[in-house]
Amino acid sequence: MKNRYDVLVVGGGPAGALAARTAAEAGLSACLVEKRPAIGTPVRCAEGIGKELLKDFIEPDERWIAADIRRARIIAPSGDTIKLEQHQAGNEVGYVIDRKVFDRELVWRAAEAGSDVFVKTRAVAPIMENGAVKGARLLACGQPVDVRADVVVAADGVESKFARWAGLDTTVPLGDMMSCAQYLMTDIPIDAESTDFYLGRDIAPEGYLWVFPKGDRTANVGIGISGRQSRDGSRARHYLDRFVAENFPDGKVIEHIVGGVSVCKPLPCTVADGLMIAGDAARVVDPITGGGIFNAMFTGRMAGQVASECISAGDCSAGALMKYDEAWRVSRMGKTIERNYKVKDYFVTLDDAKLNTLAASLANIDMKEFKVSTLIMELIKRNPKMLMELRALKNSLA
Amino acid sequence: MLTINRDICGYCGCCVAVCPEGALELIDAYLSLEGDCISCGICARACPLGALEVVHEE
Repeated sequence: MKNRYDVLVVGGGPAGALAARTAAEAGLSACLVEKRPAIGTPVRCAEGIGKELLKDFIEPDERWIAADIRRARIIAPSGDTIKLEQHQAGNEVGYVIDRKVFDRELVWRAAEAGSDVFVKTRAVAPIMENGAVKGARLLACGQPVDVRADVVVAADGVESKFARWAGLDTTVPLGDMMSCAQYLMTDIPIDAESTDFYLGRDIAPEGYLWVFPKGDRTANVGIGISGRQSRDGSRARHYLDRFVAENFPDGKVIEHIVGGVSVCKPLPCTVADGLMIAGDAARVVDPITGGGIFNAMFTGRMAGQVASECISAGDCSAGALMKYDEAWRVSRMGKTIERNYKVKDYFVTLDDAKLNTLAASLANIDMKEFKVSTLIMELIKRNPKMLMELRALKNSLA
Repeated sequence: MLTINRDICGYCGCCVAVCPEGALELIDAYLSLEGDCISCGICARACPLGALEVVHEE
């Protein structure tokens, strides 16, 4: 490990891998550090991603594609099912991947582009000079090392400690933290080509339960509930255990996964002097789906691009790095997060009766393409009794 | 005082992200209290498994 790089990336997930790879491809010296002893594990993810979104970053490869999905089903508390075929659902349907293999591939590509990579190496503090981040103090397999860099990219995931040490508040409000548990189950009767989403207060309060296939008779069966709904005796794992006992009593659990997924608004500012924040650490998970792989890769790459421009220009102040913050916010991703946060805020207020009504009204829907805006228009048309609240939602999105 | 039941903990980091004091730190499979805990109990609420408990001393 050198004691100086152009770009130091903290975290070896999709955001960090893309930041390091992009910086290295631009000819910068880059170093990626991961605190865990291995890239890609333990998994903290339901592993679903849209096909089109993925293509922008990496060619699909059967080594990390666990299942090719053809349809999505949304199951209301009543059991009514909204079925979306691939041509309708677009980016909501895609692949279920193996993060253990996928994340390694992304980091391998960063290494191939010239980035240094170190595992079991954690950042313990930023190096601060006159209020600016100038690198990080690392513990590399227990050995302290100071590494200086023009730009540090904090891609340290949901925990997002690095930015906090540098003075930014990254705390996720309890109600906007999805408390999640998931079993990788095998020997269960599933539709291996469908991602299923179960809704309802008794199933997953202010969240949803998912069954994402990873091959024949094998799936990620998981749940996210809002932190404010989580308490002794009714935590994510209790809801999950109940669903599994009812639906897959003979299934075998071969991996036990837990995690927190932030569905809050993104950080109000994702840069500081010498620092950029990307991926889950920047709180850019989609507030409706909880999906974050694409958003992590997207912001990671953009951070790498802007870092390279700013380093070339010799100015890595917050003002210069701000170009990154502005660019992702006006992107389609940024706009989607902003809109979906509002939509989520409305949907979590719905009781089961209203969810059932809305789902029943959509039972025979034939949308050419599934879009949140089209969906809300259809809901307004079909649910005159809920006109006021749905119209308020629509207006809030305008 | 916050107690961590390591047999229950799934070392996922959910608690780390909701702690308003930044007092929790997750290093691989080991969650520890490294800063000043104010016993607010938010982490204990968020935990998917119930590994955290605020014990109020008499």
